[in-house]
Amino acid sequence: MTAISAPTNPLHNLLSRVTGDAKHAPSAHSTLDVLWVLYDRVLRISPETADEPDRDRFLLSKGHGPAAYYAVLAAKGFIPEEWLDDLGGWDSPLGHHPDRVLIPGVEAGTGSLGHGLGLAVGTALGLRAQGFDRTRTFVLVGDAELDEGSNHEAIAYAAAAGLALTAVVIDNQSSTHGWPGGIETRFPGWSADVVDGRDHDAIERALREPGRPHLVVARVEPKRG
Amino acid sequence: MRETFVTTTTALLAEEPRTALVLADISGDAFEPALRDHPDRVFNVGIREQLMAGVGGGLALTGMRPILHSYAPFLVDRAYEQIKLDLGHQDAGAVLVSIGASYDAAAEGYTHQSPGDVALLDTLEGWTVHVPGHRDEVPGLLRAAVRHDDRVYVRLSERENREAYADGSVLRRGRATVVAVGPMLDPVLEATEGLDVTVVYTNTPRPWNVDIPASDEVVVVEPYLAGTSARHVSRALRTTRHRALHLGVGSAEVRRYGTWRDHAREHGLDPAGLRRSISAFL
Repeated sequence: MTAISAPTNPLHNLLSRVTGDAKHAPSAHSTLDVLWVLYDRVLRISPETADEPDRDRFLLSKGHGPAAYYAVLAAKGFIPEEWLDDLGGWDSPLGHHPDRVLIPGVEAGTGSLGHGLGLAVGTALGLRAQGFDRTRTFVLVGDAELDEGSNHEAIAYAAAAGLALTAVVIDNQSSTHGWPGGIETRFPGWSADVVDGRDHDAIERALREPGRPHLVVARVEPKRG
Repeated sequence: MRETFVTTTTALLAEEPRTALVLADISGDAFEPALRDHPDRVFNVGIREQLMAGVGGGLALTGMRPILHSYAPFLVDRAYEQIKLDLGHQDAGAVLVSIGASYDAAAEGYTHQSPGDVALLDTLEGWTVHVPGHRDEVPGLLRAAVRHDDRVYVRLSERENREAYADGSVLRRGRATVVAVGPMLDPVLEATEGLDVTVVYTNTPRPWNVDIPASDEVVVVEPYLAGTSARHVSRALRTTRHRALHLGVGSAEVRRYGTWRDHAREHGLDPAGLRRSISAFL
């Protein structure tokens, strides 16, 4: 079920090359399986089509702990593997939060929490206005990131606009006050799937749901410490 | 100016397929025909200014040219971090068009006033700022702004001059130089009647590109926080010995209502107040 847990998986080697971000390490790994399924099975995007106007869009709103993101981008050929050896260095394009201007394939520069959903809503509206009906927009948010009120502006409007947008919330129970009643109840008007965030087939099925808009809550091990 | 903005923007939506308009309820009624004609490119997100800026960034990332509009304190002050990150940090652009200015909403109180909008944008990279002094200056500025992808702020106000002028117009010639920004021109002309000064008009204070004639005394009169342009003037005149006076809105909150005329008088930005300050300086 969890291919990435196998020590022979090439992502392990790439991930281990990303160093210098110990503080954010647990959160990096919480996103790993969802990111892999997105890039390996779902997104219509490759290094060759990274600038095509009708490419699928993925925005990592939770810019924290981007080691897994960088490892997946390297595995899929968007960035050279050598870049992974210098995280946050003066000469490195890879910061502790991703910058779209510096990294091929990165759609949004994020880090300050609560910006990705609004950008994703605008992206989906812009794609719809230009008639790119096959193009899908995905955004990944952390459960603690949902604390930021700006998310809830975007959540309400996306539902009112019936927007073709899929949000993934990685739930590692890191929100200080939690989400009593379930994260999915904070997305009124959205269709929702709650899945095991390590089960690739379940993640893929949920990501392929054509909700307008659609929420995927990917539960992973609670954050420690 | 607001009506001119609505008319011009509605026309631009029909003419330029890349143009999009994002509203946060303010002016929603005035844009009703545009919303009806272009439901795919005109969006009212409700009272959600952070989202308005984020949506602007997202639209721009797909190649659209978004125009965002609200009262200045909601458009700029409230959504400052979204403007900084969802536009600037993404290397994306938008046209921000505000109403209300420093104290047009005098009776509404300080919550609806933004004397600091231009100063806030001055902390960020790459913003062109237009402060039209007359409604007839608005269409040209807007039309030029939608044809590129940079970051543009258009600050509309109720206060306006009796006629429109081109950016950089020189209206009077004399020894010292007075630069009047946007709607400050008419009060400056009245205040400097009979004084030995050159009066230069600008409706585009950013980037600061005002051609100040050789003079050792410079007065800048702007309709937002006093001194907002001081460092730009200082930089422009860095190799010239000069004295400078910067007049504008004070940062102390005026806990009074009334009209914009009352507030202009309180801040010394009426003709009598300007004449006092400028005469004392010269």
